Amino acid sequence: MPKPMEEYRVEDLNPGCVIDEPGNAVVYHTGNWKSQRPVWNEQKCIKCGVCWNFCPDNAIMRKEGGYFVADYEYCKGCGICAHECITQCITMVEEVV
Amino acid sequence: MIDKYAVFVPNLTNRAENFTSGHRACQGCAEALAVRHVLKALGHDIVISNATGCMEIVSSPLPLTAWNVPWIHVTFENAGAVASGVAAGLKVLMRKGKIPEKRIVSVGMGGDGATTDIGLQALSGALERMHKDFLYVCFDNEAYMNTGIQRSSSTPYGAATTTSPAGKDSIGQHTWKKNMAAIAVAHDIPYVATACSSYPFDLQAKVIKAVESGGPAYLHVLSVCPTGWRIPSHLAIKYGRLAVETGVFPLYEVQDGKYRMTADIPKLRPVRDYLSGQGRFRHLTDTDIDIIQKRVTKEYDKLISLHKSNNG
Ligand SMILES: Cc1ncc(C[n+]2csc(CCOP(=O)(O)OP(=O)(O)O)c2C)c(N)n1
Ligand code: SF4
Ligand SMILES: [Mg+2]
Repeated sequence: MPKPMEEYRVEDLNPGCVIDEPGNAVVYHTGNWKSQRPVWNEQKCIKCGVCWNFCPDNAIMRKEGGYFVADYEYCKGCGICAHECITQCITMVEEVV
Repeated sequence: MIDKYAVFVPNLTNRAENFTSGHRACQGCAEALAVRHVLKALGHDIVISNATGCMEIVSSPLPLTAWNVPWIHVTFENAGAVASGVAAGLKVLMRKGKIPEKRIVSVGMGGDGATTDIGLQALSGALERMHKDFLYVCFDNEAYMNTGIQRSSSTPYGAATTTSPAGKDSIGQHTWKKNMAAIAVAHDIPYVATACSSYPFDLQAKVIKAVESGGPAYLHVLSVCPTGWRIPSHLAIKYGRLAVETGVFPLYEVQDGKYRMTADIPKLRPVRDYLSGQGRFRHLTDTDIDIIQKRVTKEYDKLISLHKSNNG
């Protein structure tokens, strides 16, 4: 299991800087970059998955029942899903801190 | 309800994500989206040689990597050469029985700077040597974005960048975009295509065709960069679509020398629809836009006549 970036020490690095844990970037959560988050209106959603297809961050998941939801740990809040959604069922809502 | 709608997008595509979440591309980066879809089409049996540039920087801050497939970071100028070496090396390992015989595609990747400028010689050599199972993908965001938006030979005429600033005496970039796909075609390789991440299924189909062609193959992928193009992040897909619908970036493929247009566009939209709204073009006057319109129409007509003469 990859560990958070801050916990790596120089001794942990491989010779030649080879990284032998494929895809360990998932420990880095880009979700706190966002200033707005997508919210789905399931009344209007036709479960087509266009939002899922256009997400540059693989941050949209299909849940039980076939509706889609953002993985807020990674969603950067770009708003592409809301703009591309065919039925316009996604609204970008401002993040409150 | 879903039965009424025949299309369920995730069923049409490989669900494995070999370019993982946690990469640090900007919000709305359609270059990262292009990488995601190229990898979906390529599957697992690949080795990537990636020139430095945004996609390398955002994906591999030591000790982390966003890649789930074998991937080498190479310098700015030699992705073509390293990918050649990988292709040759795999062939030898198979001949010596060190790894099982199967198709493993050597994939070179680079931005437009890495491809059309500094890595052009290495790429040309690779295409000339006719490596089998060799694919090169250029992710073209029309400038050196990673170092802060400097112009490349792939930057379009009239675009303002930090090294081609627009002003009283300058229109911004004053040369026309280099036609890199035509340069690849001139190498007489089996497959060349242009694509854009706003058309992900077309993009994936072309990646598969490129691999099936046996190689070497070249893909030129327009990758909208909200940061460098000065557009809001949510419009990244829309501007890729506009580039195609206005004829600024035509989608086509060239298989064994035969041109075929791949997007069905009965009538081009005016280039103004594409240019307006992008900060990098906001200084353009009506006269400038007319000049660009004439050029786009002329280049587009050339492609249409190639398409017509090659497809009866
Ligand atoms: C020989 C060399 N010169 C300059 C650089 C600095 N550099 C790193 S990435 C980059 C820009 C890359 O531009 P491009 O290939 O278009 O990729 P993008 O970042 O736009 O995706 C530059 C100039 C370098 N790494 N090596
Ligand atoms: S600068 Fe452009 S290409 Fe680079 S990560 Fe940001 S949006 Fe993507
Ligand atoms: Mg670039």
